Amino acid sequence: MGAYYESNDLRKFGKIADYDKELADKFFEWYGAVFEEGALSAREKALIALAVSHAVQCPYCIDAYTEESLKFGIDKEQMMEAVHVASAIRGGASLVHGIQMMNKVNKQEM
Amino acid sequence: MALIKSLHARASELANSKAQVDFLSSGMFEKGGAQTFKEILDEHDQFPLKPGKLKIFQVNLGYMCNQTCKHCHVDAGPDRKEIMVKETMLQCIEVLKSNEIETLDLTGGAPEMNPNFKWFVETASQYVKEIIVRSNLTIIESNDTYRQLPEFFAKHKVRLISSLPFYNADKTDRQRGKGVFEKSIKALIKLNAVGYGKPETGLIIDLVYNPTGAFLPASQHSLRKEFKQVLKEEFDICFNQLFCITNLPISRFLDYLIETENYEDYMYKLIEAFNPMALEGVMCKNTISIDWTGQLFDCDFNQMLNITLDYNAPQSIGDFNIHKLNNRIIAVNQHCFGCTAGAGSSCQGSLL
Repeated sequence: MGAYYESNDLRKFGKIADYDKELADKFFEWYGAVFEEGALSAREKALIALAVSHAVQCPYCIDAYTEESLKFGIDKEQMMEAVHVASAIRGGASLVHGIQMMNKVNKQEM
Repeated sequence: MALIKSLHARASELANSKAQVDFLSSGMFEKGGAQTFKEILDEHDQFPLKPGKLKIFQVNLGYMCNQTCKHCHVDAGPDRKEIMVKETMLQCIEVLKSNEIETLDLTGGAPEMNPNFKWFVETASQYVKEIIVRSNLTIIESNDTYRQLPEFFAKHKVRLISSLPFYNADKTDRQRGKGVFEKSIKALIKLNAVGYGKPETGLIIDLVYNPTGAFLPASQHSLRKEFKQVLKEEFDICFNQLFCITNLPISRFLDYLIETENYEDYMYKLIEAFNPMALEGVMCKNTISIDWTGQLFDCDFNQMLNITLDYNAPQSIGDFNIHKLNNRIIAVNQHCFGCTAGAGSSCQGSLL
């Protein structure tokens, strides 16, 4: 058995359609539309995608959106700040659950 | 930032055009590997590739340059001595006189470093509608010989196409050498001062973005907006269009790709981004490239790889025959994927 993640697999993403073309076509059409220029620029979307890639810890997405960010000339400092934003949200998301823990403690403890 | 030397100065194996062609024809493209450019053309019923009407006469005035950019497909630099002599320029003028060719496109190296550059522009301007000079900008700032270039360009209504890979020093200098961004900005300010980039003057300066690494360019439309805004706000500079050009895997850029182990990934990116629509507008269909010796090629890239014209076509400027050239078959190899990837790429930017 090989490694779970192979960087070359990203290149094969389109092959998802081999098992279900209709759904894959819908997905890729929607995906393409999402990243078009709109109220947000394509550059802004690339940076958001880079941050989200880190939040969902997808190695394929990290490769893809680091490169996409480079295409738009986004610099290293901006990319790292985006990663920190994602990390802060992930960290904050854990920490804020501490309130739930505290609520439970306060309710149950004498 | 390490000082860059030309492949020739480094006596690199890749300084030899045949070594480059051999490399591009082997490895991942050997039997059973990635599709070759010819195979993709075949698949789209586009082989052999034929030219349309010849519009652009692109003359490479020599490989000498005041810069040594990391990605240079010419392997140009201060150490390169190849330069077009006046006799060959006269042959070019004869061709322009006796054929209806709209555009003379001057490139190099730094074309301005050819001692007969000004004479050539002045003489040729009588016979063509448009003269393009691919100026690296910093030449204007390099020494006193070139300080009057903005006025000279304006007098002859030369259209300028100039590389500025990014609107900040970090990315620009990393690709083109230390201090290049600052000098480019100074040159752009001088060009603006004589009317370049101002709509009412008709004097055109287009900028060229090419990626500063092993990736393809973003969309020309989005980058243009950013370039315009930042250059205006930070330096009060205006320009006409921004062209996004893909780096082709030859010469110093090929060397960079191999050195950094990016070659195969980059080639796959180009292949996967193949766009048959971009093929319609590739520059070899309307351009002929002339090297410093007067030899003819399908494009500047084929010139650098010494991929000669179809053997039925005239080979040198002395034998120029527009009808025979229009009937030639365009020579292709794997580097051509660079012109057909995504929105396409040419000396005039994206094709779509």
